[in-house]
Amino acid sequence: MSTAYGSGTAGHVAHHGERPRGLGRWLTTTNHKDIGTMYLVFSLTMFFVGGTLALLIRAELFQPGLQLFNPGFFNQLTTVHALVMVFGAVMPATVGLANWMIPLQIGAADMALPRMNLFSFWLLFFAFVLLISSLFMPGGAPAAGWTLYPPLVLQSGSAFPMAVFSIHLMGASSIMGAINVIVTIINMRAPGMTLLKMPLFTWSWLITAYLLIAVMPVFAGGVTMLLTDYFFKTSFFNAAGGGDPVLFQHVFWFFGHPEVYIMILPAFGIVSEIIPTFSRKPIFGYEAMVYAIASIAFLSFIVWAHHMFTVGMPLAGQLFFTLSTMLIAVPTGVKIFNWTATMWRGSLSFEPPMLFALSFLFLFTIGGFSGLMLAIAPADFQYHDTYFVVAHFHYVLVPGAVFAIMGGVYYWLPKWTGHRYDMELAKWHFWLTTIFVNVLFFPQHFLGLAGMPRRIPDYATQFADWNMVSSIGAFGFGLSQLLFVWLIVKCARGGAPATAGVWDWPHGLEWTVPSPAPYHTFEKAPELK
Amino acid sequence: MAAAEHARDPGQYYFPHGSRLPFYGSVSLFVLMAGAAATLNGAGAGAWVLGLGFVMLCVLFFLWFGTVIHENQAGLYNEQVDRSFRMGMMWFIFSEVMFFAAFFAALFYARQLSVPWLGGEGEKAVTGLLWPDFDAGWPTNGPGALSPRDDGSYEIIPAFGLPAVNTALLLTSGLTITIAHHAMKMGHRGMLKIFLALTFLLGFTFLGVQAREYGHAYHELGLQLGTGIYGSTFFMLTGFHGLHVTVGAIMLVVIWLRCLKGHFTPRQHFAFEAVAWYWHFVDVVWLGLFIFVYWL
Repeated sequence: MSTAYGSGTAGHVAHHGERPRGLGRWLTTTNHKDIGTMYLVFSLTMFFVGGTLALLIRAELFQPGLQLFNPGFFNQLTTVHALVMVFGAVMPATVGLANWMIPLQIGAADMALPRMNLFSFWLLFFAFVLLISSLFMPGGAPAAGWTLYPPLVLQSGSAFPMAVFSIHLMGASSIMGAINVIVTIINMRAPGMTLLKMPLFTWSWLITAYLLIAVMPVFAGGVTMLLTDYFFKTSFFNAAGGGDPVLFQHVFWFFGHPEVYIMILPAFGIVSEIIPTFSRKPIFGYEAMVYAIASIAFLSFIVWAHHMFTVGMPLAGQLFFTLSTMLIAVPTGVKIFNWTATMWRGSLSFEPPMLFALSFLFLFTIGGFSGLMLAIAPADFQYHDTYFVVAHFHYVLVPGAVFAIMGGVYYWLPKWTGHRYDMELAKWHFWLTTIFVNVLFFPQHFLGLAGMPRRIPDYATQFADWNMVSSIGAFGFGLSQLLFVWLIVKCARGGAPATAGVWDWPHGLEWTVPSPAPYHTFEKAPELK
Repeated sequence: MAAAEHARDPGQYYFPHGSRLPFYGSVSLFVLMAGAAATLNGAGAGAWVLGLGFVMLCVLFFLWFGTVIHENQAGLYNEQVDRSFRMGMMWFIFSEVMFFAAFFAALFYARQLSVPWLGGEGEKAVTGLLWPDFDAGWPTNGPGALSPRDDGSYEIIPAFGLPAVNTALLLTSGLTITIAHHAMKMGHRGMLKIFLALTFLLGFTFLGVQAREYGHAYHELGLQLGTGIYGSTFFMLTGFHGLHVTVGAIMLVVIWLRCLKGHFTPRQHFAFEAVAWYWHFVDVVWLGLFIFVYWL
């Protein structure tokens, strides 16, 4: 039996170490580094697609009055901007980093299920082909916000089933990716790499993967109910048939709240790698960091209705969701404290990854605190659906998740390319980004507290000044990111050779392999001291 | 021969080097989904694209599982690879559990919250004023009395008729697959083949009964997807379950054919176990359906 199959198998398997060239390589590679690179390039591309949509939004909001777009198209812009940034930019960036770094950090030769790994990537790619082409359908893209609330979303045109199916594909891609991460971490660690010796980035991804598996199917179920309500006369969200539109909000936010942690937990992991390196000290309270991530992940499942306070809920519900939400500040506070304590009496230096990590520390904390304000149900009645909410989640996502990802790129880029990058240029990128991100989002706190509603293309004239400031910040921020691309391209093409350790105080297995990391690493499991 | 080299080294984890299948699979799913969207939007060629996507997907499954089976038969997989597959299958089933959880949540939400609210319970007295004649019991097709019949009436399928028969069929199939598994472990290949065949025959019988029940509901009882929240939850839950039984039964047939070809040993038969896990999973979901959708 085995001979009959053996010859067939050998024909399919390319010889070890050999890799196809050109486009074929990227279509067929099962190498975790290739796939990680594809995820990262895809993510950067989507960051610019979503960013362009954001700039169109800010251009419209530069002045009061309708300048550029009709309100319907404006709503499509906000919706597609959000979907692209969440599912196309931030999540794939962290998946790309996971692909590249988890096998290197745990001493594995590759991800556990390499073909499924490639499947996850290309599924995501085609999901976005479907989503973005929906912009060109009659009636335009979905315009009900990324939350897709019915009954509004059920008024979408031909784009609607495309958006739903693209979410199904993204979900399948995420679930397969998450299964791969879990199996790799549980099953592929080098001997001696016990769970509590794993680097914190790997730990953060292990927990994130569980969140993904638990909530992506729920989202898939929710959008499936939307689809059948739209096309097959079901009544899940239709009161006339005994259903309730609020049901969708519960289903969506049961997914949606863990989803925002899916974006931020890997960011925590990255920052936990960077700060010790540039403090030249081990992380303070390693185990507490692990337990804090696990607690945050658990709490993320029991706070979802804080997104729905104004929908109306019993007092007991408001109390429960207020208090459970505020509880998240405890493990998050542990993390902020430990990052700070890691720097205490450390020998600090301020290379670009550290700058982004420090900026993360301050600015993410601002977003965290505004989150605490929003958690208080009676206060939330005032803030709900204002620009204060927009300011809050952009602070946790942009100077939060995106800064950590950029810091991670600056941290590991020499390991990927084998070249040192232009430190001056990177610092310019950092300072411009940090300044403009605050010019862009900080005034939105004022706008929101003054009562400016979100998702509106026009506004009362008293909001004009801060909107103009915010739009200037947006264009400054967007243009600054061109520096980032230029720097990455330059670094990929050449530069001073990087050593294996790259930094002064490298720690962890990824710094024991040469830079650039060879195509195959740890084919023989490393020995751990 | 690369395969043989690996086979001689049981310490080496097998990594495939390059594969066209994932890209092809992604294109297949894209064609399938684009076709489905076009069909729903009423585009003329949509159904053809959908059909093409479905065929492509079937070919994908054939090629992909074929590759894995060939690699396995060639002895490329060691125990560590086996553990990866086990964990992968386990977490895949967990994701399926969460998918069904969303629809069960919709059912419980409607029964415990939205329907009583529509009847004016709690602080929702206004809704009670809107529809004073609405009887907020269960089952219900809502205050709008949505039904294919003109008078808004419909009937439901009693639990202790065909659904109880179906419960017996699936529970028995859970038993037969366990017997088959024991036979596999003891090396009784004849018993294995018989009881595995019995299992998927029971599965297909279940599907036949379910199809008959659907026909009855659609044509005679006025119970359809559009029959309010009861029809919605009833058909979506039992429909997705039926889809999973179909997939599970096809998986059982594949495993059975592999048994006929002499695959598997008493100690190594993960594919069999994975299908058995999946089959028990659809069994447990059915128990939940029988209790909460049909019975209570």
